[in-house]
Amino acid sequence: MNIKILGAFAAVALLAACATPPTAATSGSGATVATAGVVPGSQEDLVKNVGDRVFYAFNKSQLSSAAHATLDKQAAWLKQYMQNNVQVAGNCDDRGTEEYNIALGQRRANAARDYLVAKGVAGSRITTISYGKDRPTAMGDNEQAWAQNRNAITSVR
Amino acid sequence: MTDILRPSRRQLIAGSAAALLVPTFARAQAPAAPGSAVIDVNRARTEPIPIAIPALTGEGDAAQLGQNIAGVITNDLGRCGLFRPIDPAAFINAGATGEVPNFQNWKVIGAQALVTGRVESQGGQQVRVEFRLWDVLPGTQIQGTAYTTTLTNWRRIGHIISDVIYERLLGESGYFDTRIVYIAGSGPRSRRVKRLAIMDQDGENNRFLTDGSFLALTPRFHPTRDEIAFMSYLNNKPRVYLFNLGNGQQRLLGNFDGITLSPRFAPDGNSVIMAQTNASGGSAIMTVGLNGGGSRRLTDGSAIDVSPCYSPDGTQITFNSDRGGDQQLYVMTADGGNVRRISFGQGRYATPVWSPRGDLIAYTRFGGDTFSIGVMRPDGSGERILSESYYCEGPTFAPNGRVIMFWRETRARDARGDGFSARLYSIDITGFNERAVTTPTDASDPAWSPLGA
Repeated sequence: MNIKILGAFAAVALLAACATPPTAATSGSGATVATAGVVPGSQEDLVKNVGDRVFYAFNKSQLSSAAHATLDKQAAWLKQYMQNNVQVAGNCDDRGTEEYNIALGQRRANAARDYLVAKGVAGSRITTISYGKDRPTAMGDNEQAWAQNRNAITSVR
Repeated sequence: MTDILRPSRRQLIAGSAAALLVPTFARAQAPAAPGSAVIDVNRARTEPIPIAIPALTGEGDAAQLGQNIAGVITNDLGRCGLFRPIDPAAFINAGATGEVPNFQNWKVIGAQALVTGRVESQGGQQVRVEFRLWDVLPGTQIQGTAYTTTLTNWRRIGHIISDVIYERLLGESGYFDTRIVYIAGSGPRSRRVKRLAIMDQDGENNRFLTDGSFLALTPRFHPTRDEIAFMSYLNNKPRVYLFNLGNGQQRLLGNFDGITLSPRFAPDGNSVIMAQTNASGGSAIMTVGLNGGGSRRLTDGSAIDVSPCYSPDGTQITFNSDRGGDQQLYVMTADGGNVRRISFGQGRYATPVWSPRGDLIAYTRFGGDTFSIGVMRPDGSGERILSESYYCEGPTFAPNGRVIMFWRETRARDARGDGFSARLYSIDITGFNERAVTTPTDASDPAWSPLGA
């Protein structure tokens, strides 16, 4: 849990001011650069060196090219660390209604899961869940915060 | 947890009421038949009925109880917006004993209706509460009833009396002897604790039903049993559960792949209608029998279909779908046929709920910076917005269809989420008398119980 919170804070601090969805580059520092002290194949490795999340436009579940790039790295990482199973959690901003957002979050999680499977990750290694708008990363109420919160977050299970 | 359990609540008072004869020295008059309003509700809307509610009389401890019950009645009738309880400071000789009031004393302070009553200890925990409702101008008794119950039920007695007054003076049934099940929120937004909670409709007797170790969302009352359907993230598996108010136990409803969400009981209480997500990114409307009956899918799940709600006669279903591109309201027959869109205004629509009267569907409408609570007829005509703000959602009807409760959120002013709040509000379906409902924590997802539940 602490690790995930750390990752969330990092993503907020690095966010550039923009109305478009944040790019994958804002939430990870690149797969090839190992961070000192991070255990390879760990959740922290995924967050810091791969990128644990992809972002979506308002009320959408289509994957952007930036999301594809992040998921490509996740797929490569998952093939490297075959012992890791993951959960993909879909999330929404809070400018929508609760029940619909649960289904929308699930649709987002499915989109990310389907992409990972298409890239060769066994579907049996991936579970999905949706938290709707109930587990926002950013706690503010502005375009930047909402863009952060429209995501699918991959975590090691 | 045992404090929260109130077995067979519905039977605690029912059956113990006795009609009171009109005192022999009062002018006898047949009570008006139920439904024949003494005072027209449409007039009352702009001009609340002035009503005097002096403390019910009694000896010793019963005197305090009588004052407390009068306080509950005063609060109920005042908050509903259709009555104007007169300030007791204006009362003349209110404590006078005797069964028949001195009507002149109530006429001069402008009272149109008067409530009198008496509380007597029956020994032990038993009390007898007698009340009479008077039409002041002709000086006649409209209603006289006595209730026998245990002391701890004094608030309920007050609400039941309020419902009798409401029904006799307005000609439609009341909604005061009801409860609200809702979600209590606390903690930072990123790790929000959401607990199932229940309270009387006036915010009293609040109790938390779950411990906050898992997210709880969207509770709804069973039409006849002390049971709640809600969504639980227990064991990180978001599914629809049933919560038994009698024993505090919850059980998974069915065994389905995907998330099950947005439950509502069918009007006959024999099944739950809800949505189930699927691997292709949609969700389907389905019904699940509660008495060994199987499940049945009503929509194909190629779009997101959520938030189904039956018409009170059970023949139709309204629901929310993005099948046309964005969220809109739809109506279909109970077997899933004849699907038609009913919302065509600006923005997106969600959370449709059918009025218990059958005449209206209430919903959330939103777009840009504004969320609204509105009502329309089931064919989509006659749309009226009742309340607008930065964020509001989730209307639920009082059992008489006259009042709607919903929740409103305020916008966080900084990145820590400071300034965010979630609170319950009620509003008359005509769009007047909006009032905050006091809860001990943040609150959302209200659902009104049936009358007497």
